[in-house]
Amino acid sequence: MSTIRTVEAPPDARGAVRRGRSDRARPRRRTWRQSLRRDWQLYSLAVLPLLFFAVFRYLPMIGNVIAFRRFQPGGSMFGENWVGLRYFKLFWHDPTFWDVFTNTLVMGLLTLVFCFPMPIVLALLLNEVRSRRFKRLVQSVSYLPHFLSTVIVAGVVMQFLAADGPVNQALHHFGHSPVLFIQQPGWFRSIYVSSELWQTVGWGTILYLAALTSIDDNLYEAARIDGANRWKQTWHVTLPGIRPTMVTLLILNIGTFMAVGFEKILLLYNPLTYPTADVVSTYLYRMGVLSNNFSYAAAIGLFESLIGLVLIVSANQISRRTVGTSLW
Amino acid sequence: MVILDRTRIETGEATRPPGVRVSRGYRVFQVVNALILTGIVVATLYPIVNIVARSFSGDGYIRSGKVSLIPRGFNVTTYKAVLSNGAFWTDYRNTVFYTVVATVVAMFLTTCYAYVLSKKDLRGRGVLVGVAVFTMFFSGGLIPNYILVTTMGLRNSVWAIALPNAVSVFNLLVMKAFFEGLPAELEEAAAIDGLNTYGTLWRVVLPLSKAVLATMVLFYAVSFWNSWFTAFLYMDRSDLFPVTVYLRNLIAGATTSTSVGFSGADAGVAGANIQSVTIILTTLPILAVYPFVQRYFVSGVTLGAVKG
Repeated sequence: MSTIRTVEAPPDARGAVRRGRSDRARPRRRTWRQSLRRDWQLYSLAVLPLLFFAVFRYLPMIGNVIAFRRFQPGGSMFGENWVGLRYFKLFWHDPTFWDVFTNTLVMGLLTLVFCFPMPIVLALLLNEVRSRRFKRLVQSVSYLPHFLSTVIVAGVVMQFLAADGPVNQALHHFGHSPVLFIQQPGWFRSIYVSSELWQTVGWGTILYLAALTSIDDNLYEAARIDGANRWKQTWHVTLPGIRPTMVTLLILNIGTFMAVGFEKILLLYNPLTYPTADVVSTYLYRMGVLSNNFSYAAAIGLFESLIGLVLIVSANQISRRTVGTSLW
Repeated sequence: MVILDRTRIETGEATRPPGVRVSRGYRVFQVVNALILTGIVVATLYPIVNIVARSFSGDGYIRSGKVSLIPRGFNVTTYKAVLSNGAFWTDYRNTVFYTVVATVVAMFLTTCYAYVLSKKDLRGRGVLVGVAVFTMFFSGGLIPNYILVTTMGLRNSVWAIALPNAVSVFNLLVMKAFFEGLPAELEEAAAIDGLNTYGTLWRVVLPLSKAVLATMVLFYAVSFWNSWFTAFLYMDRSDLFPVTVYLRNLIAGATTSTSVGFSGADAGVAGANIQSVTIILTTLPILAVYPFVQRYFVSGVTLGAVKG
């Protein structure tokens, strides 16, 4: 607020009227000086948000220099002295890093394979529902898990898989002895992906349902006249109609590939399940925040972010060339 | 992306006209489809209903694995125990406080910036949009952020939660799209009536934007209510924790029912379903408003889908 208040008040009415008139007759391109004089109030509104982006988004990006410099807790946030690629070489030769890297790829791939197509399928199924009330009900219920905190979801998962939980009750019913799912590395990926599916599949349909309503009815009409049955209509009209949405969301999903549900894994994993559950982001969290190897963890983090950036830029590029849809 | 017809989305109108010849195969499909969707509804609700049933059930029934959808040995002892627990209430109050402060800060910054970005002929607008959008695809990462917040001395204060996540670029783009859709004539009229930019925003634009403002408040409030990791990182004392961190410690076993502050007799009773009860109480505000605000969320998301 202070930035706004300290600037002296403008000659309001006259300025406004003059601006109104010049709007109509203005040249296409103004110089910076003219723009600043004319729109300084607008620019002033951008000052605090820009300050936010500078401090909390771009400063941390610069803060990544500690990946190349020795950092001491309590010292400068940009580190003490230059050590070059020392920390990168360190993690490059760290077998644990490659384990968690592999886990990240596997988990990212599983998430992509299951959590990307399922909302499309669900949206198509919902689109065929005739009864509005039933459709509403399914939508309301399936959106719900999206609004639950990750902590709640983790809690629900643990109770559900507990020794006295519903899954083990069912196993018991079939004469099976209880399985401690949450402590077995073999189960972690399935648990993670199913819980992710549970939480995201409903909410993920929204954009597809929106895209479905924007498909021109005449296309279906024409397809019917050409003798297309429901299935063929879906294949030749509906799917091409939602293709831009699919591609856009696919690119975004690929962009978050490396960041696989960090918070949820942090809540669900434990040392027993590290062999399958530990991913790059959880490893660097333990390395940095818990063990104070900040520079080492920052080097891993920078590597991870760069991979993410490369992934999304190349996905975008490929999609622009092949299907003509892109984010930018 | 295509501009979306929002009224049709909200009413959920079917895309294909009814009354067309329906084949037998399609009728079978309708039945199977209804069954699949019913299955999804059940699968979504089952774990939640199970938690509710557990929260009201007796200790012995839970431990012997007899509670699924209906409470067995109905009692509210654990609810009473949790609700009379000082630490729980302190952390619940913290959650409310953090949510309110963080949402106010976030709304202020997001509204100001979105309004600036919505002015299509503003010089440098492209750069201003780029500054925000780039952060969606590349971030400094956990460690530099952690060091920054610690170095700034924000630890153990509400600002550690409110400031680092103050602007969500997605919400920003939703709001920008909404402002862009407002008729330009209104603002021109306001300017002729002598309102400056601040006056126009405050007295003309915002009153016309109540729907999107409500949606944004909900988006932010829910995300801050649900957040736990920021607080987990930056809060050192348990009397500063939000209730999500309280619950996390309970689940992780870092806090046991006795260390939460239950006295001897209570601890035994509260043992088996204390997690379920805490889960219910933490989610209750969201579950309570969810049915009424769900469509705002949906309209917010679809509005954001218009390419930013």
